[in-house]
Amino acid sequence: MNTPIRVLVAKPGLDGHDRGAKVIARALRDAGMEVIYTGLRQTPEMIVNAALQEDVRVIGLSILSGAHNVIVPKVMELLRGKGMSDVIVIVGGIIPDEDARNLVQQGVTQVFQPGASLDGIAKCIREACGGQHDAI
Amino acid sequence: MAKADHPARKFESSSGIPVEPFYLPGDDSLNPPPPGQFPYTAGIHETMYRGRLWTMRQFSGFATPEETNRRYRYLMEQGQTGLSVAFDLPTLMGYDSDAPEAVGETGKCGVPVSSLEDMEALFEGIPLADASVSMTINSPAAPIWAMYLVAAEKQGADLARLSGTLQNDILKEYIAQKEYIFPPRPSMRIVTDTIEFGARHTPRFNPISISGYHIREAGSTAVQELAFTLRDGVEYVEWAIARGLPVDSFAPRLSFFFNAHNDFFEEVAKFRAARSLWAKVMRDRFAAKDERSLKLRFHAQTAGCTLTWQEPHNNVVRTAIQALAAVAGGTQSLHTNSLDEAYALPGEHAATLALRTQQVLAHESGIAAHPDPFGGSWFVEKLTAELVERARGLMERIDGMGGMIPAIERGFPQGEIAAASYGQQKKVESGETVVVGVNRFAGASGNGKPLETLRIDRAAEDAQCVKLRRLRAVRSGEAVARELGRLRRVAESETNLMPVLMDAARAYATLGEICSALADVFGRWVETPSV
Repeated sequence: MNTPIRVLVAKPGLDGHDRGAKVIARALRDAGMEVIYTGLRQTPEMIVNAALQEDVRVIGLSILSGAHNVIVPKVMELLRGKGMSDVIVIVGGIIPDEDARNLVQQGVTQVFQPGASLDGIAKCIREACGGQHDAI
Repeated sequence: MAKADHPARKFESSSGIPVEPFYLPGDDSLNPPPPGQFPYTAGIHETMYRGRLWTMRQFSGFATPEETNRRYRYLMEQGQTGLSVAFDLPTLMGYDSDAPEAVGETGKCGVPVSSLEDMEALFEGIPLADASVSMTINSPAAPIWAMYLVAAEKQGADLARLSGTLQNDILKEYIAQKEYIFPPRPSMRIVTDTIEFGARHTPRFNPISISGYHIREAGSTAVQELAFTLRDGVEYVEWAIARGLPVDSFAPRLSFFFNAHNDFFEEVAKFRAARSLWAKVMRDRFAAKDERSLKLRFHAQTAGCTLTWQEPHNNVVRTAIQALAAVAGGTQSLHTNSLDEAYALPGEHAATLALRTQQVLAHESGIAAHPDPFGGSWFVEKLTAELVERARGLMERIDGMGGMIPAIERGFPQGEIAAASYGQQKKVESGETVVVGVNRFAGASGNGKPLETLRIDRAAEDAQCVKLRRLRAVRSGEAVARELGRLRRVAESETNLMPVLMDAARAYATLGEICSALADVFGRWVETPSV
């Protein structure tokens, strides 16, 4: 039997608009993944610690406030510092194209902009996990 | 031939109310009395927009108080008739611009106001005695209002003549928008303090705007928007009455704020239903006598969540249809969204186009000539009655839980909204709900992105932090400490907080210092995460 992919869905920053994060969490759960939702106002430190403790393969960050250029690099830096560079990071939110390219250069697997499909996000996670979740 | 519609397509409103192929004259009891008569289904005034057009009030704020002040003056030169302040996230959460929590967020989603100095800069050259100013602020509404009132006093304005609206609706923060600081009960005490202060000192100012907008944006149905908003309204009235205020001393100044969403006829019916539900609640539940206590006045904003990133010019069309529903539904004031809002805060060109959309409706479409243009439509009357019925049922369920605070504590409205929102997204995924340019008719060339979007650079944040450091150096630290000490003591007592908050504002205590002093007494609210 496949081991389900474990995903941490996190909502960093001060913004409280959690509709997107909650919809993604439900959709990934329906797609057979194990989802841990952090709740609101998580600092990069809290997110990386939760990822470590929960032993997740994937971190999904939902950011609508425009603070992504400060928050995401911090998360990537903390992951590197803890030797967790193999954790897959995806970002969803209102992220301009130029910023999205920069975030990918910093190691983010994919940035999902408004209108992205739930199926597309689940597929991206499965591909990025490259079948490693198929351990016996 | 055109491709057949989605096979699963059911004909129903966005809230799941069945839509029949046609309607026949039915129950005469569905036909409401004329506009201006109880329960005001057809409108709160007899003549509506013939007497006075709705207020065109575009929500705006970004970067710094000085830059936002320039945008306000520009919008007023373009014919906007009311101001509406969008605060940034640190301000909405009660943090100063230079707090560690504010890094990267200052000036991004709105304007930062950390002290009286910022408030004065925001309204520099705008006489507050003559302006009508709406402020979208909730958990820190009381200290921000205190700064506003002091700024107005310093301009020489008479508080009794000030007109405007404070959003100040904390309940929908726990339910939907999640910008809360303190737990529900102390928060309700603060809101009640503002309602009481308003009833005594600022009789022309709306101390609260009870908001369904954010509930709908979080993914609720129209029925849930109606029921949760009006039930929140009931809660505020109960708290004010428990404070000892006679209902007719404050109820005429309660105002509402609804979403104008896509489903045109359901939205028109929703605004009509809201008026009729509220009038009956106020008469039957609270024995209000003053006609003004019975009349639901509201602001509407077109639905931000319907704006698409793909083919953004289509957003102009969506916004125009939603705005038409708000006007046909009898709104008192309106914000129309800008086409670029799925990308960023509005640029000047997009903001002007949004205002022009309202002006075309007001002056070219003819809609303003009739108070209730869809009244008497067998379809709209039936939809209105159905919405009243369903919303009343949901309000009664919350009564059964002991009111809105226990309902919030057990996560009831939050869970209902999350379930509705996921259901809607699945319909978009399956194609049952069509989003033009996204899941149907996508991929047209030449209908691409807007030419320019507003970018807020870090310079705004840096400028704010420098200004704040300078303020802390020049003000009297002793006076600030004294006022913050008094604030803590008043917070522990049952005395109204507004006068001491105004004294703290006069001493240039910052928003962060004030909210932190209040949190020392009231604690901070943390939501248990649930999906």
